Amino acid sequence: MKKRTSLAAITALTGAMLASNAMAATTLESVKEKGHVQCGVTSGLPGFSQPDEKGSWTGIDVDTCRAVAAAVFGSGQSAEFTPLTAKERFTALQSGEIDVLTRNTTWTLTRDTSLGLNFTGVNYYDGQGFLVNKKLGVDMASQLDGATVCIQAGTTTELNLADYFRTKGMKFNPIVFDTSEQTVQGFAAGRCDMLTSDRSQLAALRSKLNDPSSAKILPETISKEPLGPVVRQGDDQWFNVVKWALFVQINAEELGITQANVDDMKKSDNPSIQRLLGTTGDMGEKLGLSADFGYNIIKQVGNYGEMYNRNVGPGTPLDLERGINALWTEGGIMYAPPVR
Amino acid sequence: MPRPSELPPIKEIGAIGWMRKHLFSSWYNTVLTLVSVYLIVTLIGPLLNWVVFEATFAGSSSSDCKGEGACWLFIGQRLNFFIYGFYPDALQWRVDVMFGLLAVAFAPQFMERFPARKYFGLFGMTGLPLIGYFLIPGGWFGLEEVQSSKWGGLMLTLILAYVGILAALPLGTVLALGRRSDMPVIRGICVVFIEVWRAVPLITVLFMASVMLPLFLPEGMNFEKLMRALIGIILWQSAYMAEVVRGGLQAIPKGQYEAASALGLGYWKKMGLIVLPQALTLVIPGIVNTFIALFKDTTLVLIIGLFDILGAVQSTITDPAWQNVAIEGYVFVAFCFWVFCFGMSRYSQNLERKLDTGHKT
Repeated sequence: MKKRTSLAAITALTGAMLASNAMAATTLESVKEKGHVQCGVTSGLPGFSQPDEKGSWTGIDVDTCRAVAAAVFGSGQSAEFTPLTAKERFTALQSGEIDVLTRNTTWTLTRDTSLGLNFTGVNYYDGQGFLVNKKLGVDMASQLDGATVCIQAGTTTELNLADYFRTKGMKFNPIVFDTSEQTVQGFAAGRCDMLTSDRSQLAALRSKLNDPSSAKILPETISKEPLGPVVRQGDDQWFNVVKWALFVQINAEELGITQANVDDMKKSDNPSIQRLLGTTGDMGEKLGLSADFGYNIIKQVGNYGEMYNRNVGPGTPLDLERGINALWTEGGIMYAPPVR
Repeated sequence: MPRPSELPPIKEIGAIGWMRKHLFSSWYNTVLTLVSVYLIVTLIGPLLNWVVFEATFAGSSSSDCKGEGACWLFIGQRLNFFIYGFYPDALQWRVDVMFGLLAVAFAPQFMERFPARKYFGLFGMTGLPLIGYFLIPGGWFGLEEVQSSKWGGLMLTLILAYVGILAALPLGTVLALGRRSDMPVIRGICVVFIEVWRAVPLITVLFMASVMLPLFLPEGMNFEKLMRALIGIILWQSAYMAEVVRGGLQAIPKGQYEAASALGLGYWKKMGLIVLPQALTLVIPGIVNTFIALFKDTTLVLIIGLFDILGAVQSTITDPAWQNVAIEGYVFVAFCFWVFCFGMSRYSQNLERKLDTGHKT
């Protein structure tokens, strides 16, 4: 959910101006000095960042941060997490309270340019979708003319929906709720024919229904929501570290390196694998990290596919197919530049 | 010789008499009584069913919660998180010690005859926060340090409320005295402080402390979010407290001030020995009212991403591994708040009774 208020925009703008002050030390140096990477996460979004029963953070955003910690320190546990609200997230990064923002944040032109921040990549390609009641007998979104829709107030979801129906020349009756919980309850109570939200959350919302099989998710995606880590502008070294931590995970999946076989892979003859794991070349040094930073990431967190399956993939409560998040070699769009 | 008085008629005494007088004294009272009885009977049954009889208490996962009743299992499983937040398991004894000391300091206050209970209370105001200051964050005497970003749950709620209450009372008293001072500069400062802080909502204070303040601090100077929130709460609360205390000061008759001056007491002795003890006693209900309000207001730290007990519950009820545990979660939070607020209220009533001089009648 991406709430936008003018207040947040003003805050962010002020922040952008102030944050452009030159940093005393580089982020990598200060991170090494304090001994951990401080990451900003959501205050509880299933599959992306949520505390488990032991009080430790889990989720794909959390693992993305742990990969950075593993690259710098050799241990995924050297990451600390600061839960942030949607309004606070950019200020926390600008002010130096956190080092990386991995908070389910959509990469847009405005955010990339006006906030004094840089997106380092995409760890999940999301998009807005529809959850419909099966009783409607609808198979695709174009049959939804005249439907009543449960939506959450003040989100871009609401705007995307209006855009979509207008371009298709269809009508809809919105029923607006304050929180996502109320939205689901409204849908469950049959007040509307369908519910709209980010696709990654639709499955979780569906599982909250008393009878999950009574509803289904439509195949259409009506908006692009590329979610990825964000760092402060003006520190290219740290930007590179965060960017390549994710690229290494994607490359590792492509090369077939997993958490389980990474030790065997160290003996591989394949030069790509050798470079990635640091047995040859000086890739780590170029980033200001140890030579085996790639090995550490895979050993501690796993490759991208493992990270995906563990947190949001099939078998987890979110139960999301890889879809466009599959590797480019497998029909998706996950593609990373080579490590060489 | 006077006749022994006769017993009153059966209709006027005992259960029947009481009911006639209180429940069925007129036709509309009878109707109200019947409607109330109907409502109670129809509500209590399902409520008890939900809370106790059909509820699930034991098990290990969401699938064990099959009945129609509440899934208390969820609360049980997450209790550790709800109480300690992210505080490391191995170090939670430190928090337990503080909970224990809190009980030791305040439980005696509810027992009239407990020996030396005054000193237990005094310990609660001085020793307890001091021990907590060293014990909870650690980093001293070989204790491992625990960053404040790892504090959470009930423990964080209590820290916020306790520190807020403890610091706001003296600060508020000083502000109240300052506002009634003869010195224009001091009076001016106090008036401006009180009026500014009292005129902004707590949510704004917290938001400023969390979002705006860091932008104006130099890079690298980063004091923790919790600390910023705490300072905000203390300043905001002390402005409220000042006005409550000022109400008490105004209620003290002029004669008391004059008598104290006539005895040759200086300003501080006059205030400390004569005026403040009476003024504070007078406004105990107001003070406790403000404290209870603050205790509940601490939940607002949710908007700056601190996990107090409500935040901890809210962040876990969305867990897709559990179905519809939102009601259980909120009921649990409400119960915790009720316990503490009701405790404060009872304590204040105790205090009023004890300090009652009989002058007011």
